[in-house]
This record gives sequence, structure tokens and C-alpha cells, in this order.
Amino acid sequence: MINRRTLLGSAAALVAASSLPALAQGEKLKIGFIYVGPVGDGGWTFQHDLARQAVEKEYGDKVETTFIESVPEGADAERALTQLALAGNKMIFATSFGFMDATINVAKKFPDIKFEHATGYKRADNVATYDARFYEGRAVIGTIAGRMTKSNKIGYIGSFPIPEVIQGINSAYIHAKKVNPDVEMKVVWVYSWFDPAKEADAAAALIAEGVDVFMQHTDSTAPLAKAQEAGALGFGQASDMSSFAPEPRISSIVDNWAPYYIKRVGQALDGTWKSEATWAGIGDGEVVIGEITDAVPAEVKAEAEALKAKIASGEYHPFTGPLKKQDGSDWLADGQKATDEELSGLNFYVEGITAPMPQ
Amino acid sequence: MIDPIVVFVLLLGAATPILFAALGELVAERAGVLNLGVEGMMIGGALAGFAVANVTGSTALGFVAAAVAGMALSLIFAALTQYLMSNQVATGLALALFGLGLTAMFGKPYEGLKAPSMMAGPLGLNLMIWLGLIMVPVTWWFLMRSRAGLILRAVGENHDAAHGLGYPVRRVRIGAIAFGGAMAGLGGAYISIATVLQWTEGMTAGAGWIALAIVVFAQWNPWGALAGAWLFGGVTVLQLRLQAAGVALPVQLLSMAPYLATIIVLVAISARQKFGRSGGGATPGSLGQPFHALR
Repeated sequence: MINRRTLLGSAAALVAASSLPALAQGEKLKIGFIYVGPVGDGGWTFQHDLARQAVEKEYGDKVETTFIESVPEGADAERALTQLALAGNKMIFATSFGFMDATINVAKKFPDIKFEHATGYKRADNVATYDARFYEGRAVIGTIAGRMTKSNKIGYIGSFPIPEVIQGINSAYIHAKKVNPDVEMKVVWVYSWFDPAKEADAAAALIAEGVDVFMQHTDSTAPLAKAQEAGALGFGQASDMSSFAPEPRISSIVDNWAPYYIKRVGQALDGTWKSEATWAGIGDGEVVIGEITDAVPAEVKAEAEALKAKIASGEYHPFTGPLKKQDGSDWLADGQKATDEELSGLNFYVEGITAPMPQ
Repeated sequence: MIDPIVVFVLLLGAATPILFAALGELVAERAGVLNLGVEGMMIGGALAGFAVANVTGSTALGFVAAAVAGMALSLIFAALTQYLMSNQVATGLALALFGLGLTAMFGKPYEGLKAPSMMAGPLGLNLMIWLGLIMVPVTWWFLMRSRAGLILRAVGENHDAAHGLGYPVRRVRIGAIAFGGAMAGLGGAYISIATVLQWTEGMTAGAGWIALAIVVFAQWNPWGALAGAWLFGGVTVLQLRLQAAGVALPVQLLSMAPYLATIIVLVAISARQKFGRSGGGATPGSLGQPFHALR
């Protein structure tokens, strides 16, 4: 909030200041970031901001970064992006799926600015996309959840029914089911990336339904706080959330954007940057499995780590057939792997998930 | 499949923060003051309550601090609107933004900490849920049956007449604003201490705006505020609960329902006025108007 307002006020001054002197002294690359939540969310946005700081540390005086936090997805994002562009930023990271159209629109008006959009699928000559294979991490924590549940009911707090989240639900369920054939998956959508009170209510609803281990695809630590109160188990999401270890947080999926940001900023600095789509996973170090705590029995931990190693080496793909769709129709034949195109448009559950898919 | 008692208990929890805030705003509006800064006062209470509860280990002290913080923020609004005659709508909106920004700044050291556990009360409901429920008849009695409440309503209905009768319009309004602030602070602290159990900036996520809608839905009647809080809280809880149970339902429609109900209430009231069934509506006559004593 404060950052946005300060920025609005000083945008005009920055434009004036940057146009002439910046060219004269050259070389200092200004990089802007927009975040969907506050940097203090302890999850998604927190991780993007860590990566921003890593960029500053890596390149020191060669770069200058600014960010605008808590930007709503939709029309306001376009305004925030335009402000960053007018403020002289030559590279802009838009770090939420819902910024996709706004990024494309603004990028058209500023062809000399390099845009990087997280988790989207629309690209242009000056808009690259990057995403992480979160579903690889979901396979690992799904395995742990399947082993750890006593009620055989595991839960998933979803944000929006977009492919990225649906991949996660499917991957977690497939791997929980592999180690525990009786497992059931309950899904609650909160239709927000960041709404601590609603996320907590969603966790309470799952717990009331008998769920004792759940995963979340939302950005705050509120569900873990609820799990702690109710004696349920959960996982850190996006960030390690280690303040809730060893219980209720028994492991986590950490988004490690720093290597990608450092690489891309480096390319922008030496002029080799070009628009492309990156989708990195555990093997590339972009998706990191946080410490599996001692609340998890050693053999389960070993099993999860073995799976992680197989995914990292590329030996195993979490979406490997035989798999059927929720309605019972065939999806992947025995041994067949899902293609990236299929996954990036995934809009159905796999067989066995009884929760209805929101329309 | 779904235990109605469990849903009701969850509903009470979800309704408590908006009930507190709505009751406070209702009293302020009955005195003729439209304070749109509920969200800012709630988040102020959420941070102050959490911080004090965390440092002292006492949730009771946390709630006291939350009420004080909400009141302090509301007094800024009171000074601006009652003495400097600033526009109430603009000042209220500014207060909402101010509260969000201020807490984001001062809240940094409290991120990632945990709240002490809540004070348990009868029937497994915590004491704040009970306090919220008790405040409904108390507010109703004060407004409708006490002399002070009568004066407060007179000030809200027609401040010139009340002033002519010798009532201290400005002081009554400042008192009502302060009460509204304290209640909003309590509501906010319920979110940070009892619901989410931690501090995160922006955590009230629009609860203050819902409280404002409830006041209109309630037609400035405390019992209506209770019904409104249960409706809004109930829909949130029920839709999450139905999803968890695997029932296919259009979430968007259900989430829209309370707002739709508010509009229907407004239409029904204005239709009733138009066709002459009753005299004036329930809207306080001087709501939102600045009062400036000519003599």
C-alpha cells in the first residue's frame, strides 16, 4: 500500500529524472516487480521478494529494483504496470497468474521493456513466461499426506480453479492414493490467493469434515495456525513456513525463484535476453521440498525422498499412466506421460476424486 | 452428512467480527455519523490486539488494547469531521486506507508470531462470541429504551432540532464515533486472535465493508445487525462446508446472496415508503451531514 502510493506520487519525478541522466551514466538496469499480496505474507509474495533481493545482491550497483505490493488482479494491475514502465524500469516481473492480460496489454505499449510473467501462458516478443512444476512437489507431499492420515481423509485448500492448482490437486491425490488406497480427497476453493480469515475458515471446514492432513494452494500461514489449534497436519506452501515445524508443518514446497531471476536479469544486462517459456521443477532447484520433520516416521521420509530423487533425475514423471479422468474416460495409457501442453491446460480431476470441479 | 450444530458453531465464529463492527457502526450512524473507516479501525484493532496479546500472553489484555486502538483511530476521524467539518465520506475512506497502511508499517515485527489461546466460555464458545451476542440486546436497550439513547437518536435524526433543545450534538457524536471505533477494534482483534491466530497485513480483507453493508441491511436495528452478521457469516461458512462435503454448488451465487439480500431489503423499504405504508424510513435523518451550530 505505502509503496504504491509513494510510487504514484513520485512517478512523474522519476520519469523526468530517469530519461536524461540514466542514459548519460548508462548501465544501471532498473527492474520493477508487482506482487499480488503483501511481502509479509510469509508465502508466495515473500518468496518473490526474496528472489528480488537476491538479484540486488548478485548484481549490486548494476541494478536498481522497486516493487509494488498488494496489487489486485485485473484492471488495477495494468495501472501498476504502466506506472513501473513510466518510472523507467527496463525489466518488469509480474508475479501472479491474474496479471496475464494486463502484462500483455502494457507490454504492447512499451516494446522496449522486457516483461516476465509468472505462471501464465500468453507470450509476446517482449513478454516471457516462467513457471515452476509445483505438481512435482505435490507428488512428494501427497505421498507423505497419504501415509500420515489416520482418518484416510486428506484435504486441499484451493485458490482458483486454474490448471496450475488442478495439477497440484491431481498430483497430490495420485501419489497419496498410491501409498494409501483408501484415501479420500476433500477440496475447498476460497477464490482468493490471500485472505487469511477465509483460508482459516476453509481449514476449519475441512477439519470438521474429518480431514486430518491437508495441503494449501493459498498464500498465508493461516491454515497452518488452524491446523495447530485443531491437532491436524499441514505443509508449508510457497515458503518454508518453518515457524510451524515440527508440527503441524511436517514439510513444505518452497518456490525458489532466485536462480531464474538472477539468470534472466543477467541476460538482460548482457543483451542475450529473449522471450521464452520456462517451466522448471525439482531437478532445476526451482521447486524445493522443505525439511521433512521428525513428526514423520523415518520410513515415510525415506520413501518421500526417494520419490523426490526420481523426479529430480527425470526418471519418473508424476503424471504417468495408466490414469483415467474423473468421469472414468481414458486419459493416459500405461507408461504414457502427460505432455506439457496437456498439463498447462488441465481442467479435469483424475479418477477417484469425488469433489465436483467448479464450473 | 453435515452436522447443523457444527455449522452453527462455525457460523458464530465467522459472524462475531462483523457483528462487533456492525453494532459499533450502527450506533455511530444512529447519531448521524457515517464513518466509512470501519476497515481501518478493524485492522488497527487486529494489530494492537494481537501485539498486546502476544507480548503479555493475555488475550483479555489484547482485546482491551484493540478497543483502545480502534477508538484512537476513530477519534482522528471525530476530530476531523466534528471540529474541522471535513466531509465524512472522504474522511472515512481516508481512515480506512490510513489504518491499512499504518498497520502494515508497524506490524512488521509481529509477522510470523502466534497468538495465545482464547479464553474459553460456556458451551465451548469463547468469551468474545458471548460478548458479541450480549452486545446485541445491550445496544438495542441503550438505543430504544434509555434516555441517553433517545438523545443519541434525536441527534442523528435532526441535529438542528436537537441542538435547539440544548443537547450537545458534537459531544454525543464524538461519543458514538468512539464507541464505533472500540467495537470495530474488538471485531478486528477477533480476526487476528481467534480466527487466524496470527498477524498478517491486510488480514481483515474487507470485513469492515461487509459490516457497513450489514448496517443498511439491518435498517439501523441491532437485532437486524445480528441477522445480517449471521447471514453473511453463515453463507461463508456454509459454502466452504458444503464444498468440503463434496456438494456441487455455484459458489459465486452463494457468495453473492447476502449482498443481493441487502439490495432486496433496500428495495422493499423504499417501495414501502413510496406506497405510504409507513412514515419515514429507518435511515437517520441527519446521516452523513456535517453539523455546524449557527449560534
